[in-house]
Amino acid sequence: MKGIITVVGKDKVGIIAKVCSFLSEKNINILDISQTIVQGYFNMMMIVDIDAAKGDFVEIVDQLSKLGQEIGVDIRLQHQNIFDNMHRI
Amino acid sequence: MISRYEVQETNKMIQESNLDIRTITMGISLLDCACDDMDKLCNKVYDKITRKAEKLVETGEIISKKYGIPIVNKRISVTPIALIGGATGAHSYVPIAKALDRAAQTVGVNFIGGFSALVHKGCTNADNVLIESIPEALDVTQNVCSSVNVGSTRTGINMDAVKRIGEIIKLTAERTADRASIGCAKFVVFCNAPEDNPFMAGAFHGVGEREAVINVGVSGPGVVKKALEEVRGADFETLCEQVKRTAFKITRAGQMVAREASSMLDVPFGIIDLSLAPTPAVGDSIAEIFEEMGLESAGAPGTTAALAILNDSVKKGGVMASSCVGGLSGAFIPVSEDHAMIRAAEIGALTLEKLEAMTCVCSVGLDMVAIPGDTSAATISGIIADEMAIGMINAKTTAVRIIPAIGKKVGDSVEFGGLLGYAPIMPVNPYQCVDFITRGGRIPAPIHSFKN
Repeated sequence: MKGIITVVGKDKVGIIAKVCSFLSEKNINILDISQTIVQGYFNMMMIVDIDAAKGDFVEIVDQLSKLGQEIGVDIRLQHQNIFDNMHRI
Repeated sequence: MISRYEVQETNKMIQESNLDIRTITMGISLLDCACDDMDKLCNKVYDKITRKAEKLVETGEIISKKYGIPIVNKRISVTPIALIGGATGAHSYVPIAKALDRAAQTVGVNFIGGFSALVHKGCTNADNVLIESIPEALDVTQNVCSSVNVGSTRTGINMDAVKRIGEIIKLTAERTADRASIGCAKFVVFCNAPEDNPFMAGAFHGVGEREAVINVGVSGPGVVKKALEEVRGADFETLCEQVKRTAFKITRAGQMVAREASSMLDVPFGIIDLSLAPTPAVGDSIAEIFEEMGLESAGAPGTTAALAILNDSVKKGGVMASSCVGGLSGAFIPVSEDHAMIRAAEIGALTLEKLEAMTCVCSVGLDMVAIPGDTSAATISGIIADEMAIGMINAKTTAVRIIPAIGKKVGDSVEFGGLLGYAPIMPVNPYQCVDFITRGGRIPAPIHSFKN
């Protein structure tokens, strides 16, 4: 099962570090990562493997959202199926 | 592999264009709750609903978090109550409405539909009891929605019922006059009512349905409007193509949610309703789509054509995206729930007559329209009869949800709050139809040939 994490917000030091160490704690493997900064705005997308994750998917969604509030960026984890369904026949 | 562009497009639809799943509605059959003792019947109804829908709200919230898409409403529709109430021999079904209300509050849904009767050919004793119970039922309950089907293409229109419903709407308005006559906002009169509609206030669980079913209503007028901004000034083929592509994506999200809800609740999937339903929020409006298409305001010449294009293209795009489509599936044009429709009515661009014309090409009908409180019952019946005739002759669903706002006149407005929004009082044609309505009887079924 794959999840898509998007992180959007004002750029600052340590965003990736904090997100990645959280994912590592939860035993979530990062499969793909891409990131851009446009006019000081940080925009990252990660594809992650959540099969072996410690904890429930919905809980991790909440924890990531909380982590985002602490850092001051918007972090979302969504199940991959929504994108597959909307963009693939 | 999912591309960054696709992820961004979906998330922009959700965050900026108000893409959401409008409702997950669980249909529950109450036929096995029929009983000759009213108290026992009410207990059976309450127990069955709370058992079947126990996890409905929780499931909706889990799915919403998992995919990051809001699921705005979780609702329940039940077997038309007139069908199960008859066995009691009671003179009022208000106790059943109260049981439905309690069940809705226990499971945490915001509306429960099905305080209904199907009288398109004639009324049984139970149907009459139900219709007479409507004003009190809608007054003393919070979450119960009611509907009556008074006509169909196969049977014609039950004009006795149309006459009585006009009076019932007035009584309901008067009983809830202290709350902006809100009782009328929870009551719909139909022609050709669908049995699997997930949208309120007209949802009920038809007799041809199974024990329980999950129906999902998608939405997203904001997404369609945003997509049309990209093809501003382009020809109609391009316009229709853009609506179709957008409707496809929206519906796929709905289909996914429906399948997931069905599997988590272990209740079979029924249908996806492809309706575009507005909310009072800016950027979630059908009338804004008309403006984007090139009309100065909803109601301007060209509005009916614009709505026809929108409705047809949404269906064409949505049908391929879902395994089963049903319900009302079209564009909703509720006046009070769409800020740009409200504005159009306020400036006089949108009249009752234009709305009536628009209902010829879309679901559903005259929806959430506020009229002066002193409008006579016969005039309301006349408005209903016109709308029912459109549905009957054109073999489509039409409906009337009209609010004679007690104590209000043209120029005033009435506030319902929440998703129901607010509505300016629209003028009604002052000429009388009382002699027409008091004839009573039935309009025979129409001929299905010589379509002209």
